[in-house]
Amino acid sequence: MAAAADLKFAMEDLSKEFEHETGTKIDVTIGSSGNFFAQIQSGAPFDLFFSADMEYPKRLESAGLTEPGTLFEYARGQIVIWTPPDSPVAVAKLGWNGLLDSRVQKIAIANPALAPYGRAAVSALQKAGIYEQVKGKLVYGENISQAAQFVQSANAQAGIIALSLALSPGMKKGTFWQIPAEMHPPIEQGAVMLKGAKNKTAALAVLSFMKSPAGKRTLENHGFSVPGSD
Amino acid sequence: MSSLALSFELAVCVAAILLLIGTPIAYWLAYSNWQGKFLLESIVALPLVLPPTVLGFYALLAMGPHGPLGKLWIALFGHGLAFTFTGLVLASVVYSFPFAVQPLIASFEGIDRKLLDASAVLGAGKWRTFRRVILPLSLPGAVTALVLSFAHTLGEFGVVLMVGGNLAGVTRTASIDIYDRVQTLEYGEANHLAMLLLITAFAVLCLVYAVNRRVWTPAWTPWTSK
Repeated sequence: MAAAADLKFAMEDLSKEFEHETGTKIDVTIGSSGNFFAQIQSGAPFDLFFSADMEYPKRLESAGLTEPGTLFEYARGQIVIWTPPDSPVAVAKLGWNGLLDSRVQKIAIANPALAPYGRAAVSALQKAGIYEQVKGKLVYGENISQAAQFVQSANAQAGIIALSLALSPGMKKGTFWQIPAEMHPPIEQGAVMLKGAKNKTAALAVLSFMKSPAGKRTLENHGFSVPGSD
Repeated sequence: MSSLALSFELAVCVAAILLLIGTPIAYWLAYSNWQGKFLLESIVALPLVLPPTVLGFYALLAMGPHGPLGKLWIALFGHGLAFTFTGLVLASVVYSFPFAVQPLIASFEGIDRKLLDASAVLGAGKWRTFRRVILPLSLPGAVTALVLSFAHTLGEFGVVLMVGGNLAGVTRTASIDIYDRVQTLEYGEANHLAMLLLITAFAVLCLVYAVNRRVWTPAWTPWTSK
């Protein structure tokens, strides 16, 4: 399985649960959706592709590289403003205003040209009416994990990152403020089974596990919102 | 500024700095009799074998507010080093270090000791010998050092990716730009930039090999061939 970077920690749990339930082991490769897209087009031998957006799986589908009818939206990403544990800026209380603090010199986001999380961050900043004010502070990670790295290493004083990463073991100690979902276009994430999947039965079982209440609950625990629940 | 122009600016800065600081270090490594010299030689060669991810990772930590370099920089200038052009220059100096120092060491060591002895016997001090004998004889080595560190910095990717923050005109170098364009499936623009880099790299390597093969000026190499 090829899975987007924001799924790293969720997939560790999901594959464990799946293995426990079915006895089948999932081999997960974590990476950037764009890279996977290019690799799959060149015949990379993945059975499943869990993208961080809908666009890449849709394009693979229209290129005839997927099993028809398997594409579905498995989760939606959520974004937060995250600051390191020793930050002087009380972002949980201040929300957007935290980013305007002069002690916040750099704000890390994912590159909006490449990453859906980056696009969501920019449109949320615009919606909040502070994009022009903070534009000069923005630095860009190649993906959402790198944006998180920049702020976790304190080279940036704040970051707009995926909730799934803010909940991860390495970042749990920081403080975050969740950006309301209505402030950005939904970060819809699609999964699909690829044409030529070697183990079709198991791949289908993984897809239906993700749609099951147990799978959805794990995704939710890791900071995703799941369509059709709650 | 275009990403390619930025890459050139970075490479020129780094090559110039490396020639300045690399020359005394190479001189010392070539002529010192200290037993522990191998330690310093190993350190100089480290960037050759370490992946850019290791250098980039430590550069990112060192430049942060908890790192030694970042602390110093924040105290001096009020801001960190990551995501700045200066930060890229510093990281690239480390990254391209062996490409400048090793050719210099090789050319210093290649100079016939008898010439240095003769210079000393004739009353020249170390500095005068360096200027009048060593420097002219190691010009091809200096050109190689300059050109290789320039070219190596031009082609740098991993370290810039890890500490740059992809800022247009500041840290978005040509190699990052190419990567982004491939990611966004703009293959035409990617190809355009990549081709320019390829041609530059080839021209630069031709220059190095031509200098070392004494294509133009045999007068540069007064020592007798073996």
